[in-house]
Amino acid sequence: MASAPSPSAVPGGLTGRLAELIAGLGDFAIATVAGIGDVALFSLRTVGWIFARPQRRDVLLPNFYRIGVMSLPVVALTGLFIGMVLAVQSFAQFKALGLETRLGSVINLSLVRELGPVLAATMLAGRVGSAMAAELGTMRVTEQIDALESMGANPIYYLVVPRFLGCLFLIPSLTVMADFMGVLGGYFYSHVLLGIDHHHYWANSREYVDVFDFLMGVFKSLFFGAAIALVSCHHGFHCEPGAEGVGKAATNAFVHSFVLILVLDLFLGIWLNNVHDFFRPEGPRRLL
Amino acid sequence: MHATAPNPVIEAVADQPLLRVASLGVRFGSQHVLRDITLDLAAGETLVILGESGCGKTVLLKSMIGLVRPSAGEVAFEGRSLSRLSDRQLAHLRTRYGFVFQGAALFDSLTIADNIAFPLREHTRIPEKEVREIVASLVDEVGLPRSVLVKKPVELSGGMRKRAGLARALALDPNLVLYDEPTTGLDPIMTDVINELILRVRLRPNVASVVVTHDMNTARKVADRVIMLYPLFRLRPDESQIVFSGTPADLDRSNDPRIRQFVEGRAGSRLMELQEEQALAAAGVAAAVEEQSA
Repeated sequence: MASAPSPSAVPGGLTGRLAELIAGLGDFAIATVAGIGDVALFSLRTVGWIFARPQRRDVLLPNFYRIGVMSLPVVALTGLFIGMVLAVQSFAQFKALGLETRLGSVINLSLVRELGPVLAATMLAGRVGSAMAAELGTMRVTEQIDALESMGANPIYYLVVPRFLGCLFLIPSLTVMADFMGVLGGYFYSHVLLGIDHHHYWANSREYVDVFDFLMGVFKSLFFGAAIALVSCHHGFHCEPGAEGVGKAATNAFVHSFVLILVLDLFLGIWLNNVHDFFRPEGPRRLL
Repeated sequence: MHATAPNPVIEAVADQPLLRVASLGVRFGSQHVLRDITLDLAAGETLVILGESGCGKTVLLKSMIGLVRPSAGEVAFEGRSLSRLSDRQLAHLRTRYGFVFQGAALFDSLTIADNIAFPLREHTRIPEKEVREIVASLVDEVGLPRSVLVKKPVELSGGMRKRAGLARALALDPNLVLYDEPTTGLDPIMTDVINELILRVRLRPNVASVVVTHDMNTARKVADRVIMLYPLFRLRPDESQIVFSGTPADLDRSNDPRIRQFVEGRAGSRLMELQEEQALAAAGVAAAVEEQSA
């Protein structure tokens, strides 16, 4: 049996430490590239199985219910509060400039372009993504995924595709719900509690928020939904043994999904702004 | 190394083995688990794989159905190498197998009836009414009451879950049933029930079985042939990992100290290894405490 090299075998001094550092960096780079490649292959197989064989209704619908319907209350509540928080935080600055009637435009533009989609995705990653990773991780640990394979059934077709389609198709609805409740919350706080005239509030909103802003948020949410499903299912499929492994898979699913949501948000935001400028060459609208 | 079937009846039908494992090696990263395993399994034969925990029994069993990919050698079912089959072909071939997992591996989200019906719905176009009849007859065959059909796996005892797992494994009339530790964690009565069920499965026409266990009673009761695996890290590079191949009676007569130790369930030198490990750990702790206080 091969034994691990003893610490004395590693050259000492600065050269040794440098060699260790380079070896560590190399290991990290290899692990990262292999991990990305693994997720990419997993994603390709998932997409392949969407078209290879239609999903069974009795498998698809419970997943859609769990992902979409069960997430609605928490997404609605988050949207409502974030709309009100935006009003609270922006009011003082806008009032100082004498522009408090413009509050509607900044609240609603922030909501439909950024906060609605990102919040809906974050809630989905927390509520559904972690649960998916824990559920699939438990199935891995208890050999249920092996059992599927041993019966000639494909685990990606049975376990990943329904969850992927659920996240992909239902996150736009959740985003619209977050937008709607946020707009409602912002208006309620601005008009009822801060006393801003509702005519000016909506007139300014209409002037600065157009259908492109709304569609941009919904479009981005599709990428967020796909990322949440793929990252979470991948973590579940590659869960380490034991309760600790399942817990780690659930935590990593949320953390990695959240980071990916923010990275995607940045790059999609840049790209969609360019698309916007292409169709509206007069340049960006000014709020102030 | 080649493990031959001593049973002459089985020898006669073993011209074309149902399953052939040829020079199989499996490793995970740098850790070698199986090395140069070669064995044949004839149709209708029951092979028991014995060995202590961690010797690679389950890995060998999973290699037989392609759940673990070999790093060397191959596994062939009726002459078709599993590693050369496409995913679709392998999935189709697996309908000829039944796999009884250690913890049953029933799907938590489905009822027992849906669990047992799963392979039928996945691979056949049998009408739903007939599927339900087959499921009921399978439940009868493994001695479970029909009231369990509407229950979820979590509502069943360990023995009941194992029997439900066996019913699911038999749903497609497999030619080869693989059992992974079928009696582990069960009381002696339920252990005997499972052994009887394994014997009943043998009565089905042309069904071969491979049973992984460390229970000598199970081995004596169900086996036509027994092989014993030994952990690789306890072997020299030139030693075979299959340290025994023969009938259960031959196993009881063997004078090999490694086999005697397992059959009689003696800790022997392992106890000394344990004491040495504990002494080393204690020395390590003492050194750390001394270093800290210094």
